[in-house]
Amino acid sequence: MAGNNTSFRKKTRWAAGVTPYAEMGYYNTSYEPKDTDLLCAFRLVPQEGVEPIEAAAAVAGESSTATWTVVWTDRLTPFENYQAKCYRVDPVPGTDQYIAYIAYDLDLFEEGSIANLTSSIIGNVFGFKALRSLRLEDMRIPPHYVKTFQGPPHGIVMEREYLNKFGRPLLGATVKPKLGLSARNYGRVVYEALRGGLDFTKDDENINSQPFMRWRDRYLFCMEAVNRAMAATGEIKGHYLNVTAGTMEEMYERADFAKELGSVIIMIDLTIGYTAIQSISRWARRNGVILHLHRAGHGTYTRQKTHGVNFRVIAKWMRLAGVDHIHAGTVVGKLEGDPNSIRGYYATLRENTLDANPSLGLYFEQDWASLPAVMPVASGGIHAGQMHQLLHFLGEDVVLQFGGGTIGHPDGIAQGATANRVAVEAIIQARNEGRDFPNEGPEILEKAARWSPELRKALEVWKDVTFDFESTDVPDAVPTLTI
Amino acid sequence: MRITQGTFSYLPDFTDEQIKAQIAYCLANGWAVSVEYTDDPHPRNSYWEMWGLPMFDQQDPESTMRELDECRKAFPNHYVKLNGYDRTKGRQTTMLSFIVQRPKNEPGFALERAEGPDRRVRHTIRSKARSVGQA
Repeated sequence: MAGNNTSFRKKTRWAAGVTPYAEMGYYNTSYEPKDTDLLCAFRLVPQEGVEPIEAAAAVAGESSTATWTVVWTDRLTPFENYQAKCYRVDPVPGTDQYIAYIAYDLDLFEEGSIANLTSSIIGNVFGFKALRSLRLEDMRIPPHYVKTFQGPPHGIVMEREYLNKFGRPLLGATVKPKLGLSARNYGRVVYEALRGGLDFTKDDENINSQPFMRWRDRYLFCMEAVNRAMAATGEIKGHYLNVTAGTMEEMYERADFAKELGSVIIMIDLTIGYTAIQSISRWARRNGVILHLHRAGHGTYTRQKTHGVNFRVIAKWMRLAGVDHIHAGTVVGKLEGDPNSIRGYYATLRENTLDANPSLGLYFEQDWASLPAVMPVASGGIHAGQMHQLLHFLGEDVVLQFGGGTIGHPDGIAQGATANRVAVEAIIQARNEGRDFPNEGPEILEKAARWSPELRKALEVWKDVTFDFESTDVPDAVPTLTI
Repeated sequence: MRITQGTFSYLPDFTDEQIKAQIAYCLANGWAVSVEYTDDPHPRNSYWEMWGLPMFDQQDPESTMRELDECRKAFPNHYVKLNGYDRTKGRQTTMLSFIVQRPKNEPGFALERAEGPDRRVRHTIRSKARSVGQA
């Protein structure tokens, strides 16, 4: 169906003045996307009186070559090539929303630059007046563009080989309280949690270098704790030392110090920005240090169904930018996350090739061309009693982070850590033996709790804790019609 | 001390039946099982001695158990572990690795501290388990 643009008088393409975007080549249903094209799916709600097709064409226009009026200088270029093309618009049944599919030529993007990619795709268009709201739902990144990035400095396989940890989820905990501990007390929590059985402990996103605990003091005490725990267990241990700071110079200084102290891992927050992430990723690869990303701030633009950027797109950008860990949801914990969407995020981070799958919210296929995989991190309101559900929903290549669920153990931090480790190993053993662990989980854990007092206490304290709220964002799942 | 490397170190030591079940799991996934042993379980010792090659063509858990028994008999006071290896593209790594025998006495590790300036301490972990004369 062609655009019905009653608000504009027909005029020739190059006449001065305003021409509907749909008539300038930004809407073209006969366009067949090329293998090298970058494809986007946008969820848009047009302003009243704006035709959906014109709104979709405007998104294509404003995220590529167009401006609000005709410019003759377009004719100095092979503009057909540089114009993004909206090739399909589907209404979302029962709503005022539409999904617009837009193809972008590979030439529009600088190699290896998330900043350039995002300035193009989400640079201006989200404030466009003709739209009531706009959300970038998914992006197919062609292998040709993927190959201009190196991706995670290590990836899941290298991280496991480096840490000598196989066959089970890794376990971590964020040090609590997240603000106010002195460096020496903070290191105590790290030591207890690691010697008790966790693989990692973690700075929280807002632990940087405050008056009550400066970064250098924290690093020194934490690394003493890490090394003591390694000697006590014979296992490699790590603490995510957050290097987030006000400038790259300061971040490099902190990262270098962490490396010199022998830390296997450092951490950054998403708030530092895409270019800073790519820079520290290069540093991490050069120095053999694993890079953990906390997605601080993402909820401001990923959570609402009709406006912003879906987290699956952020996940893709971060796999390109190159982080080894990223927080990606728990399903059962305290933070927002629909189970199917989270399965989609995890697949996006871990698989090499994905098919489109509307029930998981995956609009497109994605070929990562052997780019290393990112280890998803599940953190926030999870505990040992949920271990069977966590393994069922999230699989084995994941870091499960029990902050309260370790430090809140009534007998102590090390006991809390042991409870989590016993639980994960018992469930893995049962799974490998062919047991129906999602259903028999409580029984498997109860049985382990008979010989593990640490697990018994954890199950008693947290057995009834669940966070059962409806998600604010779920995939549409219903097959949609083309208009 | 009990070193806690491997997938199942926080569980009670596995019986042979339980070990066999894990071998069966590896084989069902198409993974090659291998046996390795060492007297140096330093956390950064990547290369334990191989008890023969990975058993790429072995499909019978019983035969794998027999290899394991041979190893345990030859090195009754070493650490012995079983590994499951997945050669598929994009993985090409160990998928499961767990200790199936420990020495009667696990001496553990010493943490050595080299004190430097600026409060820096260089920590080094030394295996106490390594027997004298084998260094």
